[in-house]
Amino acid sequence: MAFGRYDRVTAPAAAPVTTKLLIAGGFGAGKTTLVGAISEVRPLRTEEDLSEIGIGIDDTTAVEQKRTTTVAMDFGRITFPSGVVLYLFGTPGQERFWFMWDELAFGALGAVVLADTRRLADCFSSIDYFERRQTPFVVAANHFQDSPLYDPESIRDALDLEEDVPVLVCDARRRESVKEVLIASVTHSLTRHQLARR
Amino acid sequence: MTAGGSMWLDREAGPVVRPYALTRGRTQAQGPALGLIDMVVVASPQVADARGLGPEHRRLLDLCQRPAAIADIASETDLPLGVVRVLLGDLRERGLISISSPAGRGGPAENVLRSVLDGLRAL
Repeated sequence: MAFGRYDRVTAPAAAPVTTKLLIAGGFGAGKTTLVGAISEVRPLRTEEDLSEIGIGIDDTTAVEQKRTTTVAMDFGRITFPSGVVLYLFGTPGQERFWFMWDELAFGALGAVVLADTRRLADCFSSIDYFERRQTPFVVAANHFQDSPLYDPESIRDALDLEEDVPVLVCDARRRESVKEVLIASVTHSLTRHQLARR
Repeated sequence: MTAGGSMWLDREAGPVVRPYALTRGRTQAQGPALGLIDMVVVASPQVADARGLGPEHRRLLDLCQRPAAIADIASETDLPLGVVRVLLGDLRERGLISISSPAGRGGPAENVLRSVLDGLRAL
């Protein structure tokens, strides 16, 4: 019969545990490069309803009244032998896509704010966002060849970061460097977790 | 007029059929909200009534024969996330799939964080 394959009794495999980490930062800071250095990068299209940004709008069903915008994002996935799957989502840089952030940040284990030291101001809004939301984040300054190499403490000062926010210098093209950034981020989240429990 | 009828269309133009035509205009999924990394799997035991399902619904059902995250399903099908959510909401309403959410607002549990940390170190 036509739909036979849906009829059989299937015992589903145990579902992996999923978790996500956000990669934020200004346009061109190297978010996609960073994700690609450590995992396969896959495209994700979202077509989101701009009218949802409005407050108190009731459920309009007339689709022609809705304004939608398409956001193309990249994401990565790392599957660990333990069965845990870590998703890396690059947050859309432009401010008109802010409506995506709440969903991306919901339940995230933490965030990496990728900074370009030539344009530090580009990551201010990401830092503000994660501070307000109390999402644990680390700042990773992506070292571009033509940018001066700053030490983490001067970057911390320039960004006016709290003492406990880890600041690293990285090369988003290098897997080992990206691995260090991710380890710093998860370690920071774990520390926050443990402090909150006390 | 150049050859072929495709002169107005390129990759940037997106699909010819507007994505929400697949959902008959609906932009909200039925039932509880569906998160990006929620896991979807065919319901078990499968008491499927697949009648009346369109090709997109069936394709999604095929993709959830093994547990799959919503972001992966959207990427795999190249359908916008919003459309995938509506279609998965339909499948859930019909009892064809079950969906489980990972951690809530507070983020993952400590054992998950540790597991990720161990996994990253071993990469």
